[in-house]
Amino acid sequence: MNLILFTFIVLLGFTSYYFGRRKAYTIQSTNKRLTALPQFYGYYLAIWCAIPAFIIFSLWAIFEPTIVKLLILSDYSNQGYLDDELNLIYEKTKALSRGQFTGEITPFIEASAEKYLSLRSIAQSSKAVIVLSIIIASVAYAYKKISSNSRTREPVEKFLKVVLFTASLAAILTTVGIVFSLIFQTIDFFKVIPLFDFVFGTHWYPAKAFVRDSSEALDPTMYSDTFGAVPIFAGTFFIAFIAMCVAIPIGLMSGIYLAEYASVKVRQYAKPLIEILAGIPTVVYGFFAALTVGPFLKEIGNSMGLDVSAESALAAGGVMGIMIIPFISSLSDDVITSVPQSLRDGSYAMGATKSETIKKVIFPAALPGIVGSILLGVSRAIGETMIVVMASGLAANLTLNPLESTSTITAQIVVILIGDQAFGDPKTQAAFALGMSLFLVTLCLNIVALRVVKKYREKYE
Amino acid sequence: MIKINSKNVDVFYGKKQALFNINLDIEENQVTALIGPSGCGKSTFLRCLNRMNDVIDICRVKGQIIINDFDINDKSCDVVRLREKIGMVFQKPNPFPKTIYENISYGPTIHGMAQSKNEMDEIVETSLKKAALWEEVKDRLHEPGTGLSGGQQQRLCIARAISVKPEVILMDEPCSALDPIATAQIEELIDELKKDHTIIIVTHSMAQAARVSQNTGFFHLGELIEHGSTDKIFKNPENKKTQDYITGRFG
Repeated sequence: MNLILFTFIVLLGFTSYYFGRRKAYTIQSTNKRLTALPQFYGYYLAIWCAIPAFIIFSLWAIFEPTIVKLLILSDYSNQGYLDDELNLIYEKTKALSRGQFTGEITPFIEASAEKYLSLRSIAQSSKAVIVLSIIIASVAYAYKKISSNSRTREPVEKFLKVVLFTASLAAILTTVGIVFSLIFQTIDFFKVIPLFDFVFGTHWYPAKAFVRDSSEALDPTMYSDTFGAVPIFAGTFFIAFIAMCVAIPIGLMSGIYLAEYASVKVRQYAKPLIEILAGIPTVVYGFFAALTVGPFLKEIGNSMGLDVSAESALAAGGVMGIMIIPFISSLSDDVITSVPQSLRDGSYAMGATKSETIKKVIFPAALPGIVGSILLGVSRAIGETMIVVMASGLAANLTLNPLESTSTITAQIVVILIGDQAFGDPKTQAAFALGMSLFLVTLCLNIVALRVVKKYREKYE
Repeated sequence: MIKINSKNVDVFYGKKQALFNINLDIEENQVTALIGPSGCGKSTFLRCLNRMNDVIDICRVKGQIIINDFDINDKSCDVVRLREKIGMVFQKPNPFPKTIYENISYGPTIHGMAQSKNEMDEIVETSLKKAALWEEVKDRLHEPGTGLSGGQQQRLCIARAISVKPEVILMDEPCSALDPIATAQIEELIDELKKDHTIIIVTHSMAQAARVSQNTGFFHLGELIEHGSTDKIFKNPENKKTQDYITGRFG
């Protein structure tokens, strides 16, 4: 029913476009000057046809269930039911009306189900009637406007602006929503676990929280020494550090090679090839790290008499570094290429060699941009999940030995949220607290990176 | 005395020939102006003299350019030494995004010309003085060179070029991005500099060529049409094309 109505509105919209434009041609044929191109007349009519109808349509979809529920439950008011019981009654009614109810059918419920069905059918038909009459009214209004040759271009342009604004608003509101949900859950978490214990505690053992029977009352003391985040913060930065140790030198050097030394032909092929690295899904990197690099390192380590864990920070960090190479090489290549040729000429004309020019003129000029690219790389490294989950182990060891396994914020969030979770449980909320910390760290890094990049843009002119 | 002697110079950009058989002698301690309409090859020729065309991948230079009895197109020529001897100033001021001091000390540093900080200070001071910029910047040597005005930036670039004591200074339309006052300052400077350096200047302004130069070469479509003393070229040109260009009939 809804689908038919929806299709109908769309079709009417297209038809209105056609009629609006034809009307414009008719006006034109009477030698009157149009106020806009004919298609604007069409758009104008189509917008007036479809948009009010869609607004009513969506408002109906939002409010209909609530109103129907209120009407059904009004029969049960003043009978001393609790809210939960009323909700249950409503769910039973709906299930019965769909013929999916399996429990004991009481006459009350049966009556309600009948009422529910009749209300729904009334709602459906009145919706169709109202939407159609809205369409007729607004199209008539718009058609009159068009016929009197009043302005159509401005309203259409304005409408487009509103559409674009709504689109950007949607993205912003989603972000804000996510941040708020993080904030509230985090606050709840810190009501149970003191902030101090979380930030400075050195023992992370969320599995301990599994032990609790959810029917028992929540006893904060049992969580002491469970949610100390130091080991996983340390692990996160440690693995990111290893990754950057791989990514910065290789990425930077390949960026410099591509920008300054490579011939046009080599660059043409090498750059896309390096960027393919960025297109490999991180889960592929993950099993590459877990199944190839990890065991390989273990074998080498064992042959040298070192005790290497198969899931080591080194394997995860190293592979993560390889993943980040294309970011740094590609961005720094762009930054170096955008250093004006006149600076290179100036340096060469002084008798500087290529490497002197790069070292003393180009690199300093490009440095802020390069720093920006590195910071973006770091925030990728900190936020990376799959490689760590697969290759670095899940036990939160507080260690600085790259050959041991360690864990990161992202990996712990995965550990916590896999399987059954209870909302309102400190264990689940710990994931939100971790997510919040991760968000804050990457946010700061991104802000710094953007600042640096922006400052760089103002550099030469 | 002849400083630079070019023989049968041809330049190609890929398959396109940009210069045809150029034979031009440059007099020592004089200003030689190269004039001609856009795209006539005068800048290309200028860039041959310090092998700046090497930077352009598709560019090939043929023929001999002899400076101090030595062919700079010869394989044994060390480009780094050559460019130390032959400085260049570009059309658009291109100071490095470094301090004024570092801009000047750049050349002496890479050529190892100063043994101590004092020596370097002295080189910076003399270069800036010679470029008539010292008085304006002596109190802010450690501020970025990019913060100067356009005319000051161009004089900074001239100071940078003379910091390595080159024998020849090439100038590629050094005033085209400057206002008349800054242009006048630079022209005055060029006159000063010719005592110690041989100067070759590419310019679009015939008035400028007439004001600053002793010798002039007129290029057209990649050929050197006529060259000689500036007086003669401007007052009594031999070639019809030169006369037409000078009197503003084309170009």
